[in-house]
Amino acid sequence: MTKRRIGVVVFPGSNCEYDAAAAVTRLGDEAEFVWHTRTDLKGIDGVILPGGFAHGDYLRPGALARFSPVMGAVERFAADGGPVLGICNGFQVLVEAGMLPGALQKNRGLTFLCQPTTIVVTSTSSVLTRGAKVGQELVVPINHFSGSYTCDDETHDELVRNKQIVLRYKDNPNGSRDDIAGVANEAGNVVGLMPHPERAMSTLTGSADGWVLFESFLGVRVVPFVRAS
Amino acid sequence: MNYFVIVDVTLRRGISDPEGSTIERALPALGFTGVSNVHAGKSFRFDVEADSEGAALEKATALAERLLSNPVIEDASARIGER
Repeated sequence: MTKRRIGVVVFPGSNCEYDAAAAVTRLGDEAEFVWHTRTDLKGIDGVILPGGFAHGDYLRPGALARFSPVMGAVERFAADGGPVLGICNGFQVLVEAGMLPGALQKNRGLTFLCQPTTIVVTSTSSVLTRGAKVGQELVVPINHFSGSYTCDDETHDELVRNKQIVLRYKDNPNGSRDDIAGVANEAGNVVGLMPHPERAMSTLTGSADGWVLFESFLGVRVVPFVRAS
Repeated sequence: MNYFVIVDVTLRRGISDPEGSTIERALPALGFTGVSNVHAGKSFRFDVEADSEGAALEKATALAERLLSNPVIEDASARIGER
């Protein structure tokens, strides 16, 4: 079987690109680092915008990264239906770029949060959750200062109606509206989430619950969920 | 000519402002009472080359909406300042 080739975009200040690439290769696919000045995504089957502090998070997280040359290519790739995943800072870039609705504000309580969280799959209408089950609980770490998801009422209604809220926090850590941890675009091929599934790929480091999300994203094998006893 | 422009970026009404409310809660402890509705924001100042004040403000407003603020949660306003 041909391996899928996943482009992991690297901005100045990204710092989770190696973890993201490792998650991809762990599942048998290939990862290619894509420097932010590149303007084409030839031969790429999926794009990951990893966590970190793109362009130092100056102005606002993601505010400057959205103007990086690569983002034009990412937008075209997404418009053609290509799968795009934004993790943490990558999620912030996607909302700033207008590729996902809403915005991410400073956490309620103004504290930087770095802890395992339980998130619940609330929709399988996305490339990130298509292999999971609604109601499935996953333990995935968060690591952010600006992760409080916000949007206006109209946008929220739309998100609910189209099943675009794909992941919710079981115990809301940051003040996100409606416990939102991850959202998809209407087509479901662009997804962003604040938790780090690439850091939940092995029970050795606390949790392997990121597997089901990466398997979904890579379209590996959509296996039925087996509840651990 | 060059116009000195100040752009203020503040959170839109109804958007929670944890920084503002934290500051507000700290004030009584320092003896400042009777201060309410505290909001935190950002201020930018720069020179704009333009033919008129109006043109300078128009340019500043456009760049404030495009880059300096996130219209989903923030409002931006530009004014001509004094040095």
